[in-house]
Amino acid sequence: MAICVQNNQEYIHSKLFNIWRGIRRNTLTVIGFFIVIIFLLTALVGPLFVPYHYAEQNIAKRLQPPSAEHIFGTDEFGRDVFSRVVVGSRNVCVVAGSGAALAVFIGLILGLVSGYWGGLLDDLLMRLMEVMMAIPGLLLAMLVLFSLGSSFFSVILVVGFMYIPVVTRVVRSVVLDIKTRAFVEAAKLRGESIPYILLREILPNVLPHLAVEGSMRFVYAIFMVASLGFLGLGVQPPAPDWGFMVSEARPFFSVAPWVLFFPAASIAILVVGVSFVSDGLRRMLLPGGVSSDRY
Amino acid sequence: MTDTRSRKTIDTEPILDVKNLTVTYHTDRGPIYTVRNVSLQIAAGEIYGLVGESGSGKSTLARAIVRYLADNGEIKSGSVKLGGTDLLALPMSKMQQVWGSRITMVHQDPAAAVNPSITIGEQIAEIARLHLHLSSAEAKAKAVEMLKKMRMPDPESVAKRYPHQLSGGMLQRVVIAIALTTNPQLLIMDEPTTSLDVTTEAAILDLVRELLAEYKMAVLFITHNLGVVANICNRVGVMYAGEILEEGTVQQVFRSKLHPYTRGLLGCLPKITNDKRNVSLTAIPGYIPRMNQLPTGCIFSPRCSMVEDECKAVRPSLLEAEAGHFTACRRWEILQSKPELLMDSQHARDFSKHEEGPVVLSASNIKKHFSVSAGGFASLFKRGRVKIKAVDGVSLGVRGGFTLGIVGESGCGKTTLSRCIAGLEEATSGEIELEGELIPYSVSKRTPAQRKSIQMVFQNPDASLNPHYTIGESVARPLVLMGLSKKEIQERVRQLFNAVNLPEDYINRLPHELSGGEKQRIAIARALAAEPTLILCDEPLSSLDVSVQAALINLLIKLQDTHKISYLFISHDLAAVRYISDWIAVMYLGRICEIGSAEDVFMPPYHPYTEALLSAIPIPDPDVRQERIRLEGSVPSAINLPSGCRFHNRCPRKIGRICEEQEPPWQDVSEHHHICCHITLDELRTLQSEVIVRQADSPGEVR
Amino acid sequence: MIAYILRRIGSIFVIMFFASIIIFAITQFLPGDVAQLVLGQFATEEAIANLREEFGLNNPFYVQYLDWAVNFIKGDWGNSLVNRMPIFPMVMSRLRNSAMLAVVVLMIYVPLGILLGVLAALKRDKLPDQMITTVSMVFVALPVFVSSLLLIPFFCHYLGWLPANSSIHPDSTFGEALPYLILPAIAVALNSIGYVARMTRAGTIDVLRTDYVRAAYLKGLPRWQVLFRHVLRNALLPTVTIVAMDAGMMIGGMLVAEVVFGYPGLGRLLLYAMQNQDLPLIQACSMVAVTMLCLANLVADLLYGFLNPRIRVK
Repeated sequence: MAICVQNNQEYIHSKLFNIWRGIRRNTLTVIGFFIVIIFLLTALVGPLFVPYHYAEQNIAKRLQPPSAEHIFGTDEFGRDVFSRVVVGSRNVCVVAGSGAALAVFIGLILGLVSGYWGGLLDDLLMRLMEVMMAIPGLLLAMLVLFSLGSSFFSVILVVGFMYIPVVTRVVRSVVLDIKTRAFVEAAKLRGESIPYILLREILPNVLPHLAVEGSMRFVYAIFMVASLGFLGLGVQPPAPDWGFMVSEARPFFSVAPWVLFFPAASIAILVVGVSFVSDGLRRMLLPGGVSSDRY
Repeated sequence: MTDTRSRKTIDTEPILDVKNLTVTYHTDRGPIYTVRNVSLQIAAGEIYGLVGESGSGKSTLARAIVRYLADNGEIKSGSVKLGGTDLLALPMSKMQQVWGSRITMVHQDPAAAVNPSITIGEQIAEIARLHLHLSSAEAKAKAVEMLKKMRMPDPESVAKRYPHQLSGGMLQRVVIAIALTTNPQLLIMDEPTTSLDVTTEAAILDLVRELLAEYKMAVLFITHNLGVVANICNRVGVMYAGEILEEGTVQQVFRSKLHPYTRGLLGCLPKITNDKRNVSLTAIPGYIPRMNQLPTGCIFSPRCSMVEDECKAVRPSLLEAEAGHFTACRRWEILQSKPELLMDSQHARDFSKHEEGPVVLSASNIKKHFSVSAGGFASLFKRGRVKIKAVDGVSLGVRGGFTLGIVGESGCGKTTLSRCIAGLEEATSGEIELEGELIPYSVSKRTPAQRKSIQMVFQNPDASLNPHYTIGESVARPLVLMGLSKKEIQERVRQLFNAVNLPEDYINRLPHELSGGEKQRIAIARALAAEPTLILCDEPLSSLDVSVQAALINLLIKLQDTHKISYLFISHDLAAVRYISDWIAVMYLGRICEIGSAEDVFMPPYHPYTEALLSAIPIPDPDVRQERIRLEGSVPSAINLPSGCRFHNRCPRKIGRICEEQEPPWQDVSEHHHICCHITLDELRTLQSEVIVRQADSPGEVR
Repeated sequence: MIAYILRRIGSIFVIMFFASIIIFAITQFLPGDVAQLVLGQFATEEAIANLREEFGLNNPFYVQYLDWAVNFIKGDWGNSLVNRMPIFPMVMSRLRNSAMLAVVVLMIYVPLGILLGVLAALKRDKLPDQMITTVSMVFVALPVFVSSLLLIPFFCHYLGWLPANSSIHPDSTFGEALPYLILPAIAVALNSIGYVARMTRAGTIDVLRTDYVRAAYLKGLPRWQVLFRHVLRNALLPTVTIVAMDAGMMIGGMLVAEVVFGYPGLGRLLLYAMQNQDLPLIQACSMVAVTMLCLANLVADLLYGFLNPRIRVK
């Protein structure tokens, strides 16, 4: 027996060693993590420090290149691009973040219920999800926003609902796997309540998958919010929206590329940053696993 | 350390000659020497059994011989010669030509070893075209010929089928066919029968034995199963923690057992003739050392009960004890003079007097029919569902402090039966009585007291503990539900840890820090915590190594004795069931076909299926004789059950139409022994005049 | 196999039926009264009431839906509210253009994605793998209009190889349109290459780990034979499903790309219809898009069934 008892000191050391090795191997994740932090900070406190109001027009100073006064230049109405990009980050982060969070929350509940109980409820839910996924995501979002009118909340709702099927399916498949494990059956045998089994036995094993999936949904939500904005169905003007800013700036591309460059670059950097974090999460939490759901 | 062995056992030059082979895996924590200084020779026509527990390095050795190591593996030193060719000196491109033509391999899981999207015939033809340079028509014919050699029924049509259309046993024949197509010099079989049922295993071993008499190749047969080694090999090497500890002919090794580890392994195995009342198993204490924390002296010394100071100082090399028989034990002479040392056989256990308690559990006519959906929208409707009769009318009873063993091959419904009794599956019909009281089918409808009474120990130790809780928490949870105070719980958990022989400082560990055997102990402790009257053990040993199995069997018996618990013990391992059970039921395709006290079931008259099972078990003793009865085909699917007697289409003793048309009646052999068969008991007695498994009349006779 | 085909076709029909209800229901929430929209702000109450009657707007929802669905199946899609032109030929001509774009997109990303995925799997954890996975991660969720902004300056302004504007005549032949299709197709494909590469990589790695691939090597087969005969045959099977799963994303990407490049496809028509609140046109375009997605899934299912012996041979 004695030879098997591992030295506690060595055990702790190896854990730290693993974490350090993980960070060293995941440079991109660390970069992505910093990008996300910077954007979230910008979204949270940035709007308090912007030099100009995002809607403040100054026709005399339209389409000015970046300068000390306007570090990202000005747009066709003479608005400060920097201020608009900073305030726009709030919209993207909050809308996409809330949409992803909504999808994760409802998808988690539906996935747990559907996976654990199975049967007719599960069948119906899965068919409903299939129907939802039969409509191209962007098209569905456009139709809904077009009919209901586009607002801060309707965009969140649309993005959230659009990603519920994907999250549900991921959670459901994990639940289907976990619920047949012996530890869940042992819990049933000793008479644990269903909430206990769902929340204390199954949920902890779902969380790593959910974290990875949630981060993936955040990436795609940013994608969706930006695309909707570009098509003019995002958060309505004059509130700044990166996608719409790009769309508005396109006619002036040859004379004032900066008006277009900064919001477009912001979208790109944020998307890439979150993707890196998501990938890192996947490698850390789900070694060997891949999610197969898209959009 | 150099190889001191001379080649006396085999006259001819060895086909495979491995000398002082050392294999390293490079890991983040530095190199691990998985195989150290191993030498072995195999001659043509010889089957060399390499036996060892998991982690002994036997598979690494095989992979090193074929030079197919993982990327981080490296052959540090030594030489591998195949028919005079130094394999380690060949460039990889030349090695590729050796693969498939001069060396072939058969792997453990036949279903994984064949490509799911290529027809069987093509998978054989492929190797024939490549190495025998046949045209595609010739190769096709060769494939059919090889399948015929494997005694495949209807080889032409099998050649056109895809792997998913064949059973595991058939697929293993295909894999063997692929391996023999080119008539290689060396065939490496890595646990070729481990994933198969006993009756299939027996048939495959027979086939291998016959084929190898025809093909004169050298065979390296890797297995953890000493019974299989005794059954098929000529010579055997016992491997432990990367080194060979004992080597010799099967007769030499199994008879003289000149290494304490060999004795330990054999002592761990329950024998088909023994039961818990007359013999206690001798588990080997401790665990296989980690490859990076090897002891300085003899690698087995920390677990050896004969250890002396000198054993710990110097690592012994292999010594020749008798001609061709080598051992790495310094004290082999003591072992030779005392054949029973460390074996503990016939040592009567201090077992409290066996009294039959009241009936704890009685199940009558339990049925469980699953309906499986075809998928898609069709599954919303009743149409498009198929019925599987997993359990189809089983009745049994378990008495207090008593063990009922259920044996049967995979797919016989033994697990489903136990899950119905546990309430994890709702039975379709039948009655389950617990201590005389009818209980609901579903566990969620049972009262807390009823639930508490029936606990379960599961097959897969890795899945039986929630990875997110410490093992202390897992054991404590049933106690929390019982409403005990914090202090009481702490005390009880400590007691339970002691009861299952785990150190108390394990309490705060997470499951992934435990070995399989330790996890299974925790699972037992958790079951015990509820103070049950009945524990359902569903193949609790099948994923564990022999030495660990023995310790667990001993533990289960000890706990039964002290806590007066009843067990329903489910296993495919007849010897283990025989050893641990008082009463045995044999299941086939959802029905019990024979039930009786453990001694009676293993004595004639037998149900023909029991007879076949008994004759199929590999027995780790070359001196034991077994009647040879082999079953045709594989277990039919539970969707299309055979009419009449379910066993009729495989039964070697089928008497005619009646077997196909009528359900067989129950016949009482004695008060404690019942057989469900059309053949009258008298006839069975005349047919089965002898005990199937018995000691050979004259030791030394080779089958 | 026939049962499998029928089941797949049946389930696609059911899914399309429910999807069409959703599309119809959503578009009925359109702000304002359709009749009012058609007749303009100064129409009399009476005229509006007459038109409502004529459009069947007073009927219960299910009757309106059934009318609409039956007409849709018959190909009687009505006239555009804006330019009074029949919708069917208009949508079909745009569908043809979108299909041309889709073909180019598929031709770019499917082979490239598979190639990169297999390459990454073979060079697992080495430099090529890390480069491929990182680059594909960058592009996988980059909105099409952002990636276009990277492509246009490079290919059009710097190299001058390809036109930045794809607003060609709607009836151009494939040959005429091809130069205008490449850039939007690349922009759309960038999203999918990464996804397909990633999934193919995972699938290939799984197969490379199997016993049967090890067995194939140990048969002495040369590397390329193991790769083509044993690995890819199994590893690429899921790719069919993956491409289908990506189709929804691809349709969205094409929609944006058509707007960015001014290409006369279905997506631009839909956006135009929305801007003009042209209800029948919106419904027709949406249903065609849904039908295309469902068809893509059906084709993938059937192809998968055909390629997979487990389904093909019972």
